[in-house]
Amino acid sequence: MNRTTDRKQEFRSGLKDGIPIALGYFAVSFTFGIKAVDGGLSIWQAVLISLTNLTSAGQFAGLDIIIAMGSYWEMALTQLVINLRYCLMSFSLSQKLRRDVPWVHRFFVSFGVTDEIFGVSASREGKVHPFYSYGAMCVAVPGWTLGTLVGGFFGSILPEFILSALSVAIYGMFLAVIIPPARKEKAVRFVVIGAMAVSTLFAVVPFLKKVSSGFVIIITTLLVAGAAAYLAPIKEE
Amino acid sequence: MEQNVYPYILVMAGVTYLIRMLPMVLFKREIQSTYVKSFLYYVPYACLASMTFPAILTATGSIISAVVGFGAAVLAACKEKSLLTVALIACAAVFITERVLQFVV
Repeated sequence: MNRTTDRKQEFRSGLKDGIPIALGYFAVSFTFGIKAVDGGLSIWQAVLISLTNLTSAGQFAGLDIIIAMGSYWEMALTQLVINLRYCLMSFSLSQKLRRDVPWVHRFFVSFGVTDEIFGVSASREGKVHPFYSYGAMCVAVPGWTLGTLVGGFFGSILPEFILSALSVAIYGMFLAVIIPPARKEKAVRFVVIGAMAVSTLFAVVPFLKKVSSGFVIIITTLLVAGAAAYLAPIKEE
Repeated sequence: MEQNVYPYILVMAGVTYLIRMLPMVLFKREIQSTYVKSFLYYVPYACLASMTFPAILTATGSIISAVVGFGAAVLAACKEKSLLTVALIACAAVFITERVLQFVV
């Protein structure tokens, strides 16, 4: 088989699958740009975060910590817990990557492990070629980064009522991720409702209110996911 | 805040990259423990749910529009609309509610 055409084909199908991902990313990272600049960061700092992190939930939580000037430990722990899912995805993708390509590609492919890029990679038949990932990253990463740039730039021009409406976009996206599986699986439903209940406790109980937002996410996630894993272990295939 | 932001960005980006990179580069075996597998399976749901609620209630101009936006997003998500569609429906619901509130209140 010709290596070059192989790479080209894989790269091209990655590009194609990356387009819808990039469009979705643009809208969400647009609100990240608005929120970051609103919180006192410069546009370029916001863009730098998007370019180097490439993750929605982690960036929004991290932004809250920067604005609150939390500790670096809180930042590291929050990112670790929120992005722990990538660990599982990288494990899974590591089994699916082609073995006949140099090992060094794994350093670059892993940068692009997001919910969506992992999603399209995992649904490919057979092994995944690194150039497929690169193709998807080539549109998804600019989509994510440019969204933040445009959001940071226009955020200050947009009127209050538009910003108010846009600020729920990220939560809408999160709900779109968690609700369909919560309807299908009882255990996931328990996790979603349980996590919302626990974080609500942190928002209303006087003593618990003092805990900063990053730690609320960590504690809630460890508690609820830990309990769920004990009470309802997933079935082995 | 100019000067203090960059170390935070470095920590954020560094930790996030290591989480993605280490398992792919170091481990080629599959995780065996059912508990760990189950825990990792539930993590994204617990984490996203706790980030969404109750934070969404204070994200907009008024709690009424936030509740309507939340409800609209939940309904749209139940119908399995795409991420982008659900996000836009939530935004539209907040926008319309706040316009209506302007006339009522």
